[in-house]
This record gives sequence, structure tokens and C-alpha cells, in this order.
Amino acid sequence: MLEMNHISKSFGNLEVLKDISIQVDQGKVIVVIGPSGSGKTTLLRCLNVLERPEKGEVTIDDQTIDFSEKLDKKTIRELRKQTGMVFQNYNLFPHLSVIENIMEGPVTVQKIDKQQAREVAMRLLEKVGLGDKADVYPHQLSGGQQQRVGIARAMAIDPKVMLFDEPTSALDPELIGEVLQVMKDLAEEGMTMVVVTHEMNFAKDVADEVVFMDEGYIVERGAPVDVFENPKEERTKRFLNLIQQ
Amino acid sequence: MAKMYLLSNFWLSADNLQTLQDSFLPLLKGVLYYTIPLTLLAFFAGLVLAITTALFRISGVKILSIIARVYVSIIRGTPLLVQLFIVFYGFGNLGVSFLKFSPFVGALIALSLNTGAYASEIIRASILSINKGQWEAAESIGMSYFQSLKRVILPQATRVSIPPLSNSFIGLVKETSLASTILVAEMFRKAQEIVATTYEPLLIYTQAAAIYWVLCFILSLIQGRIERRLDRYVN
Ligand SMILES: Nc1ncnc2c1ncn2[C@@H]1O[C@H](COP(=O)(O)OP(=O)(O)OP(=O)(O)O)[C@@H](O)[C@H]1O
Ligand SMILES: [Mg+2]
Repeated sequence: MLEMNHISKSFGNLEVLKDISIQVDQGKVIVVIGPSGSGKTTLLRCLNVLERPEKGEVTIDDQTIDFSEKLDKKTIRELRKQTGMVFQNYNLFPHLSVIENIMEGPVTVQKIDKQQAREVAMRLLEKVGLGDKADVYPHQLSGGQQQRVGIARAMAIDPKVMLFDEPTSALDPELIGEVLQVMKDLAEEGMTMVVVTHEMNFAKDVADEVVFMDEGYIVERGAPVDVFENPKEERTKRFLNLIQQ
Repeated sequence: MAKMYLLSNFWLSADNLQTLQDSFLPLLKGVLYYTIPLTLLAFFAGLVLAITTALFRISGVKILSIIARVYVSIIRGTPLLVQLFIVFYGFGNLGVSFLKFSPFVGALIALSLNTGAYASEIIRASILSINKGQWEAAESIGMSYFQSLKRVILPQATRVSIPPLSNSFIGLVKETSLASTILVAEMFRKAQEIVATTYEPLLIYTQAAAIYWVLCFILSLIQGRIERRLDRYVN
């Protein structure tokens, strides 16, 4: 379904991803954890080519991109249409109303009829619990609400995989739950997801696999119970101790 | 004696009032027929030029970016008055009929080129001021470069650029007075002609100044309205 094979990415002399490979089966949720600067965001961004790795392959569904070859923009856009990205700081379009934010992808990119796009957007909005906020602007919403709109916007292009980059880390504690709940619902509906998060309870409840990254390597991976309860690697233990304090 | 003369100019005597009244219509004509059309046309032509130039600059295509830089550098590095003279007298003297402009067209070309260069820097800065996350959000839903620009970046950059562009526009209203030097019958040229017959420079030029001020004041009111409208989505 989703595969990343031997991906390497550097910024100048700094090697941020070192020969990373992951596979996610259809309908599975994989949670990526790791200290700051370990390359989690970069990994996600490589999956939808917001960053260009120097080496390796990404496969989503039946489309494969080999980064050692020359890529045209169209191929990259095709891959992006298969992935929905949810950003840490939402990145909603401030000049568009909530419903217009969600309709933007379907209307502009997929050329879907406006009326039809509005219906789809409305259904998504209701799904994230914001059916009554269609016509307000993003700045009129709380952070948690904005992030839920962000999820709906990403879902609107009907992606095969959803990518989340610390979707709750910019939120006040009391708003985190509502966003995690929406993500949980998505997982239960069978969405394939890659989630970077430090919400351990979410990882335990929802993840099929947890990946621990450090310094551009995957240090350890496995079922949540194994990684959290019985980490094998010293670095994993240290990290888990640190965040559980 | 000199003091008396000065006073008589400030004093709105019946004579002075009559002079002001007589000159008002010709000045207004200069405003309506030349100052305003010249400002509007030069601003919109300049804006098109400015957007193109700004997009050239940020395109990442080396040759386009160099063209844009050279253009902006030349215009910003030379006085508008000199640009006017080159376009009108200079080109007019080449003996190429295609480059022999009427005073109005000559002024329009010079003012457009001038506005285009300055406004392109405003637009470029506005585009660059938009958070990188906006580009990424647009691209993440599959938009192309131009779709992102058109649907996401430019609408937001417009909001940022309205105040400085309004300044350029207001500046342009006043800069049209330079067109008097190439015989465009705009308001200031009219004022000079009236002074030549009435010998009332203080009175007439002050009147012209007052009319410029009123024009600019109205424009700043309009600017305020536009900004409030566009503020809808900004907190
Ligand atoms: N555009 C960039 N240019 C240069 N260096 C970068 C760039 N983006 C990321 N880096 C560097 O790459 C490394 C990995 O960054 P990344 O954002 O992937 O880490 P992360 O695991 O997501 O960290 P955090 O938990 O803080 O979000 C860091 O050292 C970072 O400074
Ligand atoms: Mg990160």
C-alpha cells in the first residue's frame, strides 16, 4: 500500500534520513516517535515530496516514484493527490471560509463541480463535528477546530494515505482530545495513516506499529505494547523515560 | 510695499475670489481630462507590469529574474523627469514614427514604466511575506505552482500590498504634474498657463495644491474602505 524504500535525505552536509524503509499495509496506522531533530517531519514530507530525497523510492498504491531518477512535476502532483497532509500549525487558507478551504482541492485540482464539492465538504465537516462552522473564517475558530478543518481539507481530495505531523502539539491540552478523536474515527473507518505524535495513549490505542527514530535512523519498531513496555534498545528506553516524566 | 503685496495675496478680496473662480474650471478640466485618466491608465498598466516583473523575479528562472532586476534597477536609479524626457523628446527625435509619441502617450509610457518598477518591489515583498506553510498546504492538496499562486498566495499578498500600493497610487497623482514639462495639458500645466496671464502665482499654485490635496484625501478614504473590506479574514 505505502512503501518507502532506502530513502536518504540531506540538507547540505546534514544527513537527516539515513536509508529509511517503512511499509504500511492498507488500513494500518503507523505512529512515528523520536526526539526533536530526529527526522520525523522530514520523513513525512518525503512521502508527499514536499522534500526531495536524494535516493530511494516511495510507492503509494500502484504508483512508484524513484528519486534517483529525474521527476517531472506532474508525477509529483499525482503522488500528492494520493496523500493528505495535516500540518502541525494547520496552515489553513485564511482568506477562505471553512467550507471553501475544504472545497479548494476538489474544485481547483480535481475539477469537480462546485455544488458536488460543497456537498462532499459539508459531509466531511459534519464528520469532524463542525457542521455549523461552514461559513466562518479560520481565525474565528479555536486551534482544535482549525486542526479538524485541516483534517477535513486533507480528506477532501480522497487520499489513499493520511499523513499527520504532530497534529496536536500546537494545541492547548483541553483541545487535544477532540482532534485525536477525529483521527481515531478515521483509523476505525480503515484509513491508512502515518502519524508523528508524542501522544502515547493515542499510539497505544490506535497504532498497529510504532517506529522510534533517532538521528535519521529507525532505531526500533514493533507493536505498541512491545515498544512501549519492553523496548529493546537503550536509546528507546531513554527517550520513553524522558517523555513519560 | 512687498509686505502689502504678500498680504493682498492671502487676503480673499473680491478680486482674488474672482481670479480663483475663473481659474477653477480650467484647472478642473485639466484634472478630469488629463490628471485622472493619466493616473488611472498609468497605474493599471504599471500594475500589470509590476505583477509580471515580480513573478519574473521569484520564478527561479535565471534569465527572467535578471531581466526583472535590470528593469527595476534602471527605473529606480534614474529620475522620473529624465525618463519622461527620454521617452518623449529622446525617442521622438529618432525619426521613427512608431516612437513619436503624443505628449499624453509619452507621459503614460514613462509613468507606467516608473510605477511598474516600484510596485513590482511591493508585490514581490508581499508575496515573500506569505508564510511558506501556505505554499506547502496548497501543494499538498495537489495544486500546481500557478494554481497555488493564483488561489492561495496572490489573494493574501494582495491584502498585504494594498497600503503600500495605495501610497504609490497617491504618489502617482502628484507625479502626473511632471507631465507638464512635456506639454501635457494636465492641471499643473493649466495652472502655469493661468499664472502667465493673471500674474497670481501664489494664489493659483495654492489653488492647484488644494485640488491635489482633495484628490489625495478622497483616495485615502477609498483606501481605508478597501482595507476594511479585506480585513474580514484577518484577526
Ligand atoms: N529545510 C531545511 N533546511 C535545513 N535543515 C533542515 C531543514 N528542515 C529540517 N532540517 C534539519 O533536519 C533535521 C531533522 O528535522 P525534522 O524537522 O525532520 O525533525 P523532527 O524529528 O520533525 O523534529 P521535531 O520533533 O522538532 O519536529 C533537523 O536537524 C533540522 O534542523
Ligand atoms: Mg517535526
